[in-house]
Formats: sequence, structure tokens, C-alpha cells
Amino acid sequence: MRQDTKMPAEIEEFAGPVASPSPTESDGAAVSIRGLGHSYGELTTIERLDLELPAHGVLGLVGPSGCGKSTLLELIAGLQEPSHGEVEVGDAVGAAGRLAHCAFMPQRDLLLPWLSAIDNAALALRNRGVRRGGARSQAEQLFERFGLAGFERAQPGDLSGGMRQRVAFLRTLIAGKPVLALDEPFASLDAITRGEMQQWLAGALDADPRTVVLVTHDIEEALYLCDSVVVLSARPARTTTRLSAPTPRASNRDEAVTDPAFVTVREHAMQALREGAR
Amino acid sequence: MRRWLLPTLFLAILIGAWQLAASSGALADLLNLESFVVASPAEIAESLWQSRSLLAENAWVTLKEVLIGYGCAVLAGVSFATAMHLSETVRLTFQPLIIASQTIPIVVLAPILVIGFGFGIGPILVIIGLICFFPITVNTLDGLSSVDPETTKMMRTLDASRGQILRRVEIPTALPYFFSGAKIAVAIAVIGAVLGELAAPNSGLGALIFRDMNQLETARAFAAVAILSAMAISLYAILALAERRIVTWR
Repeated sequence: MRQDTKMPAEIEEFAGPVASPSPTESDGAAVSIRGLGHSYGELTTIERLDLELPAHGVLGLVGPSGCGKSTLLELIAGLQEPSHGEVEVGDAVGAAGRLAHCAFMPQRDLLLPWLSAIDNAALALRNRGVRRGGARSQAEQLFERFGLAGFERAQPGDLSGGMRQRVAFLRTLIAGKPVLALDEPFASLDAITRGEMQQWLAGALDADPRTVVLVTHDIEEALYLCDSVVVLSARPARTTTRLSAPTPRASNRDEAVTDPAFVTVREHAMQALREGAR
Repeated sequence: MRRWLLPTLFLAILIGAWQLAASSGALADLLNLESFVVASPAEIAESLWQSRSLLAENAWVTLKEVLIGYGCAVLAGVSFATAMHLSETVRLTFQPLIIASQTIPIVVLAPILVIGFGFGIGPILVIIGLICFFPITVNTLDGLSSVDPETTKMMRTLDASRGQILRRVEIPTALPYFFSGAKIAVAIAVIGAVLGELAAPNSGLGALIFRDMNQLETARAFAAVAILSAMAISLYAILALAERRIVTWR
């Protein structure tokens, strides 16, 4: 599997999928959660949770505030070990293995202000020992593809919120991990920019499919971007409902979210969320 | 423009008032001193010019002490802060000791150091190092640990090693903090040099001030003080400039 190859090979491979997805990329990695429980001291945040996500599946996690969605994401990404149960990403069960398979995009863009946009995006390559020039030229191709051409040398402070979020997403994508863990990636943006970014992300994932776990507050966002959406209950988090997104979806976001089938599913989700919050 | 004009104007008024008070004898009367002991700004300026080679010689000695002592303090402070940041054992061991080192009254310590290190540059460097070390270490350590934990998580999922997180995230985050500490330290480094020279008065502006005050050469003592503060201000300005060139993202 791609994840098992040594670093230089992985970097070599990555140069490929920029133009066309390599066979290893299309393998992806599935996420499987069995009997998961997690607590901080006395506080149980997650209880007996089971989830299956096929390779290249896009799963939305919605739930009331403070229900442990972000914790779940960190558990999947291998940033924490669960108190009970098992999280398997690809073939990895241990935290270190999961960490190697997942790239994490936090709520805020967290771009490093001392690096230019392109150097921020290329961080993962630099961390793997790719020289600056090589890392930049790999990132440059993605800047063009994702509508950021011309902003390579911009400082993060000079970019708009939407632009910063795009750079943050590219940074996650360039890591070349089969699984992306996105924690409310667009929560800090205004409604119009958020809509644009959702459409942009849908396009990006079409072009470069990955297994995605997306945590969000926004049911519409989840149903528009994801294949299936899991509604979690209030703390401790349990699955209340799993919904499939209406297919086929219009690629235009405004058309997709006003489709009658979409509206029906959204109502179901809203109801599940209200019941779970009690 | 106003940044320079206002303090200069204020200083000019102050010096003018001093000149008037000193030359009319009012200042001497007020302080109940003989008028030849009270130096006027004009006399200080004259002494500055007449004793220029003596002052320059001693200023160079003091500047060398400051630069060496301060340089050692920066190296030691940054290394210590980094070691304390990376290892909890190191931090728990040294943090109380570093704070304790600041409670030592330097004035008392200085003569003891002279006994230990002799009348050379040694005790002076130790004093400068000791007082500069603290603000640099504490500020740098603060800076290193002020990194957003979310950024660390993000870097870990981007395959960053501990060393890479230190180099790419923690050190740049700590830089402005380091500069705050370094700027405080450079101003007090000059004071440290003078304190050291008072305890071991061989050469340097501090030793010169000590001798001149004993011989009632007040004007030259004040000239030396003026050079000392110019030295501290220049060093501070150099650091502020370096900060602006390096920390461009603030």
C-alpha cells in the first residue's frame, strides 16, 4: 500500500497525481470505528460509537455543540488514543499509524505568518525533507489548479479569509494522505464566501478524491459535500441517524441545496439533530 | 518626525534649564554645594571634548565588556530556554534556581566575585551575564510555549518531527518574545558593566566615573554618564532594527 512505502517513494508518487491520479491514490483508505468510547477524567465525551466509511467516502459529522465531534476527529487522525474501542484507518490501528494516514485541517486556517502562501501549502513536503525549490514547484501546480495562481508569494496576512482557507486546504491536500480530517473548515467565513468555498471543495475532491471526515455545524454543508451524514447526539456522542445525501447532486451549490430531494433530507437531518440534542 | 522631535525638544528644554540654574549658581545654592562641584551642561560638553581620547579609550573597554557579557547571556539564555522548553525535567530543575538567581543583590555579589575572579574582566562579565540572562531566558521560554496547540496538532499530521515543529513553528513564534527580553537585557547590560567596574575599578567608564567623583571632576563624570546612556540607546536601537528586519510578520 501507498502508506507503507518509504518517504522518498511517497514524494515521487505525489508529483504524479497533480496531473493525473496515480493508481495508489485511487486505493484510498477506509475508516472503521468499533465500540469507540472516550472520556476526559469523569467526563465521557463519546460512548459506544460505531462508524464505517469506505475508501474515498465523504462522511459528514454533525451534532450539537460540545458533543465531541472534534475529539472524534482527533481520535481518527491519531492525535489521541481512545479510552475504549478501536479506530482503524486503512490498515493502521495504532495512533502513529493513523497519524501517518490522516491530514488534519483545523477550524482556523492557522497559516504560519512567517511563511508565504506557497511555503505554508508545502509544509508537509518540507517536513518530509523535500528541498524548498522542489516543494515549491510541486505546490505551484496545485495553486494554479485551485484558483490561487498569482498568490504564491503572498503573505498570509495579505490574503482574504476565503483565500487563507484555500491555502490551508491545499496544505492538507499536499500532505498526500489518503484520509482528510476537516474540522469545521469554513465556520469562520461569511455566508457567501462559505458557499463559494463549499463548491470549491466539492470540485477539489472530485478532481483528487480522498476519504474525508468532515465535522460541521452546518447540515446543508454536510449534505452538499458528503455522501453520507451522521447525526450525533449531545454528549456523550452516539450515532442517532445516518443519512445518505441525495444523488445525483447538481455541481452548482445553489441549485443543489434548493433541490426538493435535498430539502427533504435536510429536514430529516434537522429533526434528528433536534431530537439528539435533548 | 514627531517621534524624534518631541523627546529632543523636551531634552533641550531640560538641558537649557539646567544650564541656567548651574551657571547662575542657583543649583549649587539649592543643593547646598560649592559651585565648582556642580557641572553645567556646557562644562560637561567641554570636558567631553577635552577628554575625548580618555573617554573613548574607556568607553571601548566598557563596550567590549557589554558585548562579550551580553553575547554570553544571549547564548546561555536561548540555550537554557530551549532546553527547559524541550525537557520537563530540565525545566523543573532549573526554573526555581533561575528565579533565585535574580534575588541575589548584585551590589553585594560584585566584591565577592572580584575576590573569586580577580581584578580582571572576569567578575564584570559574570555580573553582566547574570543580570541579562534572566529577561532573555524567561521571555524566550514564554515565547516557545505560547504556540497554539492546534498548530502543533496540524504540524504533526503534516509529518513534522519534534525538531521540525521547534524550527518551523516554535522558534519563529518565540522570536518577538526573545527580542523583548533581549532589548530589556541590553539596557541593563550597561548598568551591569558599570556595577562591575565600580567593584573592580581598573578601566572602563564605570571606573572613570568612580575616580572622577572622588577627585570632584564632576563634569567628566557626567560626560562619562552621557556616553554610557548613548551606548545603551544605540545598542537598543540596533536590536530594535534587527527585530524589525527579522520579525516582518508583525
